[in-house]
Amino acid sequence: MSDKENLGEFTRRDRAWHPPAYTPQYKTSVLRSPGKALVSLRQSIGERTGPVFGHGDLDPLDNDLIRNYITTGEEAIGERIIVHGRVVDEMGRPVRNTLVEVWQANAGGRYRHRNDRYLAPLDPNFGGCGRCVTDEDGRYFFRTIKPGPYPWMNHNSDWRPSHIHFSLFGNAFAQRLVTQMYFEGDPLIPLCPIIGTIPDKAAVDRLVAKLDMNEMVPFDSLVYRFDLVLRGRRSTFFENRPEGN
Amino acid sequence: MPVDYLKETPSQTGGPYVHIGCLPAFAGLNLRTQEKLHVLAGGGVPGERIRIEGVVYDGSGHPLRDVMLELWQADSTGAYNAPGFRGWGRVGADAETGLWAFETIRPGATPWVDGRPQAPHCSLLLFARGINIHLHTRIYFDDRADANAADPALLSIELVHRRQTLIAARQAGDGIPTFRFDVHLQGARETVFFDC
Ligand SMILES: [Fe+3]
Repeated sequence: MSDKENLGEFTRRDRAWHPPAYTPQYKTSVLRSPGKALVSLRQSIGERTGPVFGHGDLDPLDNDLIRNYITTGEEAIGERIIVHGRVVDEMGRPVRNTLVEVWQANAGGRYRHRNDRYLAPLDPNFGGCGRCVTDEDGRYFFRTIKPGPYPWMNHNSDWRPSHIHFSLFGNAFAQRLVTQMYFEGDPLIPLCPIIGTIPDKAAVDRLVAKLDMNEMVPFDSLVYRFDLVLRGRRSTFFENRPEGN
Repeated sequence: MPVDYLKETPSQTGGPYVHIGCLPAFAGLNLRTQEKLHVLAGGGVPGERIRIEGVVYDGSGHPLRDVMLELWQADSTGAYNAPGFRGWGRVGADAETGLWAFETIRPGATPWVDGRPQAPHCSLLLFARGINIHLHTRIYFDDRADANAADPALLSIELVHRRQTLIAARQAGDGIPTFRFDVHLQGARETVFFDC
């Protein structure tokens, strides 16, 4: 049975493992967190399915952030890295053909976004936007430059550690996940109020990419490994039929 | 001890610059400038053309001007992932007003877990700075009152008055039917968000 034909339910999301909505140390969450409990909803077809993206949706340079925004003929400035890993579900099965979108600041910590006014300069050859699709084994990779840390207004000037934003679809809307990847050894990790929204240190560790020297490209790029886990689809042993509503 | 499984990767906020990766042209990048992800249905897709618009409000009543929303729905016959209609859309709120809008078709009825019909609806996800894990809600249509009254998901919301927060109101006027769906993150009118 293929992933698409199996429309089993997904495992419950462990809300105690994810950051809660209300996290006053991250001030913006105070007015943007629902005050009432989430309402439990049985997963029907709309939650068990999701949009399908293919290689046809992608441009050849979409996974090469060093080269996909060249405007002056030069490659992006910064520490050249490749980020790779596997996307699996909670049962360890590969999540195939799923769209992975990434975005990040440039080497100086500045985003190419109309709302980013940080004093670090833009790199004319860096857009900070990339995407790729996982293969049959759930693997993905992209090439970029290591983003710089940047200051932001929270507890006065807080600093974000170097990070890359990730967006994943999985094979169903219930698996949708947006998160951030950090870099092994960054001293700003324990100081970051946004990382601090995650209650469990073991959960934070899951967001830290590891230097992968076996895969480094000699005289070109360092490599970081970042694996992701999406919710798992349960087996459909017996379909239950709850009474009433 | 229960069986051990892998743990899901923890969520982090999409942040204020979520558009760079998800709607690059909206962020100001000269990339994918022809993409119109808020238009789900082109001319050839069968079904009743509708527009869904709204504003997301924070706990102090201010519009979220940096929120990104994703819509997921069935086609007019109630089929997901139907050929010719992906059924998925994405939009960024207007940077000045916070208004967002999808152009799509009215979805058909889809089956509930036990086979009963669900009223036509769209799933809606919200991503923004200050939202640590995306919020999941549903959009129903107020001109389908009978179907809504029998909808198993709406009926599963215990506090009856809160069901109303998921029902988009048809706006007066000519042209394509337009439904208004404002989202309130907090307060007396707080929208129902699902854990599913
Ligand atoms: Fe960021």
